[in-house]
Amino acid sequence: MATEHSRTAARLMVSPAVILLFLWMIVPLGMTIYFSFLRYNLLMPGMESWTGFDNYYYFITQHAFWDALVNTLLLVGGVLVITVVGGVALALLLDQPFKGQGIVRVMVIAPFFVMPTVSALVWKNMFMNPVNGMFAHIAKAFGLQPFDFLSHAPLASIILIVAWSWLPFATLILLTALQSLDREQMEAAEMDGASWLNRFIYLTVPHLTRSITVVVLIQTIFLLSVFAEILVTTNGGPGTASTNLPYLVYAQSLLNYDVGGGSAGGIIAVILANIVAIFLMRMIGKNLET
Amino acid sequence: MSRKTTATRQAVVTVAAWTIGFLIFFPILWTIILSFKSEGDAIKAPLDVLTSTWSLESYHEVQERSNYLKHFWNSVVLSLGSTLLALLIAIPAAWSMAFVPGKRTKDLLMWMLSTKMMPAVGVLVPMYLMFRDFGLLDTRIGLVVVLTLINLPIVVWMLYTYFKEIPGEILEAARMDGANLRSEILYILTPMAVPGIASTLLLNVILAWNEAFWTLQLTTSNAAPLTQFIASYSSPEGLFYAKLSAASTMAIAPILILGWFSQKQLVRGLTFGAVK
Amino acid sequence: MGQITLSSITKSFGDVNVIPPLDLTINDGEFVVFVGPSGCGKSTLLRLIAGLEDISSGKIEIDGRNATDAAPAERGLAMVFQSYALYPHMSVRKNIAFPLKMAKMPQAEQDRKVENAARILNLSSYLDRRPGQLSGGQRQRVAIGRAIVREPAAFLFDEPLSNLDAALRVTMRQEISELHQSLKTTMIYVTHDQVEAMTMADKIVVLNAGRIEQVGSPLELYRSPRNLFVAGFIGSPKMNLITGAEADRHGCATLGVRPEHLEVTADGPWKGVIGLAEHLGSDTFLKVAVEGVGDLTVRVPGERGLHHGQTISLLPPPDKLYRFDANGMAL
Repeated sequence: MATEHSRTAARLMVSPAVILLFLWMIVPLGMTIYFSFLRYNLLMPGMESWTGFDNYYYFITQHAFWDALVNTLLLVGGVLVITVVGGVALALLLDQPFKGQGIVRVMVIAPFFVMPTVSALVWKNMFMNPVNGMFAHIAKAFGLQPFDFLSHAPLASIILIVAWSWLPFATLILLTALQSLDREQMEAAEMDGASWLNRFIYLTVPHLTRSITVVVLIQTIFLLSVFAEILVTTNGGPGTASTNLPYLVYAQSLLNYDVGGGSAGGIIAVILANIVAIFLMRMIGKNLET
Repeated sequence: MSRKTTATRQAVVTVAAWTIGFLIFFPILWTIILSFKSEGDAIKAPLDVLTSTWSLESYHEVQERSNYLKHFWNSVVLSLGSTLLALLIAIPAAWSMAFVPGKRTKDLLMWMLSTKMMPAVGVLVPMYLMFRDFGLLDTRIGLVVVLTLINLPIVVWMLYTYFKEIPGEILEAARMDGANLRSEILYILTPMAVPGIASTLLLNVILAWNEAFWTLQLTTSNAAPLTQFIASYSSPEGLFYAKLSAASTMAIAPILILGWFSQKQLVRGLTFGAVK
Repeated sequence: MGQITLSSITKSFGDVNVIPPLDLTINDGEFVVFVGPSGCGKSTLLRLIAGLEDISSGKIEIDGRNATDAAPAERGLAMVFQSYALYPHMSVRKNIAFPLKMAKMPQAEQDRKVENAARILNLSSYLDRRPGQLSGGQRQRVAIGRAIVREPAAFLFDEPLSNLDAALRVTMRQEISELHQSLKTTMIYVTHDQVEAMTMADKIVVLNAGRIEQVGSPLELYRSPRNLFVAGFIGSPKMNLITGAEADRHGCATLGVRPEHLEVTADGPWKGVIGLAEHLGSDTFLKVAVEGVGDLTVRVPGERGLHHGQTISLLPPPDKLYRFDANGMAL
């Protein structure tokens, strides 16, 4: 199915998508790189001047950057641990036959479809609020002092909220992978006298490794840019206790009007994301061969 | 394994699965319950909440005070508009890559994927400035374009994996039967790929509906979709639980329903075909 | 009309040369079968004729018209694919009518032609079903119907029977032959099955690694294969090929003798032990280890009560021996 005629047609039909994505990638990114070398403040228009790597220097040397970097890594790492461990456990559980499988599945998946602003506000107000939240009510019922989650453990609270949103994703993908596990292979192992634990270690885990890698990589891409949850719960505070890199860039460029500094931060975020992306692309690329 | 232990085990699994499922779903369920309570009842202790009277008053208030329908409509226009536009661009592209693969097709697909990896925050500043300078801030058209571009790689990928499953011989048969390229795509490929195209549409409507970076950055009120509308409850209105719950329920209900229909496609779409 | 002339056509995919320069003329009304082992380029050759692939060089003429650069639709050929390639979302009626719809034929005429084709192919009662609701043989007929209504200059068949079970394959083989006799349109048929080739063809083209090994009628190929490849490919069971001292005694590098030509006699020159006897009722196939000659397959008509371990002697028929030189060419 490849004549010169169809090849020409194919090139023509693929080009709008390619050109649009190329522009989308190159124009704003080029501008960000350019801005990152300028002294550029929105409050002082017309005062732009070339500053070389100063913006990068100032961005990296501020305390907030290192806090944000650590917070970003904690956020990504924390959510990954919760969702992968929880996801494997939950997938194994849901893969067993039991009554009402369909309904439970639907309940487990639901959080993924809740928009980030809603999930953050629901958790913040209805659950974590130290006066009227569900957790406060429960603490009071046991005669305990209610805990102000978002003031005293802001990052952990955000990790919890984000993990709740992403647990269904991990579960769903791992469950799909589990269901593609060769039943005959399992039965053969059972005939060979392998115990449940052995079957889990030697058959299930290797089978899941690939899917776990995919889950980790894809979630990392999304988790590196968590924004809405922070914006509506803590605004990055108290101080910088829950500021991650995207939020810092947003604050610097659109709240402090420091376009140059924000752009430098943006480029740093791009570089970080690319390191993850390279691994992810390798994984998916391998899959294309088959 | 004896029959009895199997039965016991199934009982344990059933209880465990239902408990965990209920706990995970509980925040959503609680939000829905609170949305049918009065403001005064909503902040009571959980057991008192359940026994208090049910009412629709919060829904009325949300609509009166903040024009919920406008934001709902914005969400519909943005998610559906961007998805349809992306499909229009992606169907021909996916046709090319699935049925006339060349040496560089794979690289092209990977490159498209790589654009998706770029964190939005990396281009926040220029996008904001361009939107400001072209007068696109808080317009639906500007946001439709951005959402289209964000989701285009996923749309191309999903369609590509679906098209790959259609045997090339059928398209060749159409060609032998005298169909030109337009007829081939219109009468043969598209109808055959309807399930795949529908799944792609569904998943991308969901993703666009819930997109909460650009919608928060580039809109304020006129073009604001539900993500922005809900964010406005951040404070101090967030303390009005019943109203917040009613607004949230209305914001997530349509997509929750769509989402339940598209579980399978979700896996395939979000893993770019790496897990099927 | 349906004369197709290929003049020194070649095809390469990248650096791989699939079809070296190849010339072939297919006459109007002929049933031509391309046969060869898988990967021999027979399907590629068919797709080049169809226009689904470009030729790298050379010229294709259809009815005297240069069709080298013509799009598939412009060549006036119809193709039946291995997978049938029916449109799963259309009814049988719409499937068959699709080429007519593409040709913008008036609806009434479309209906008439579809009804007509359906009657010929016994599909009249299935016209409103979807391909998914049909059996393999019925799908095959729909694919043929879709080809017939176009009234093409030639039909191209790409291994059309390979997805059917053995019994159905025989029936469909006969139906296609009968169709050819009634339509008298040129048919080009690709298969790897030499039985199909032998039973259906007016002219067989034996292909190997993109090259034409021999062109001829089935019996010509059977009686006088031009080389070892054709000798080994045509005929079932395969011709016995003997090398070594026995071949030397006959003055050739390889000596060929067909299993059905070997005779079991009381005192033949070749003596051996039966290693395996397959009793089919109508025939008995023997595998005999002959001293100084090697393993030979023998086809004995009827049931002769021969069995494993028995020693027999074989008589090679002097007038039905095939002799090949060191290059594998017939002497």
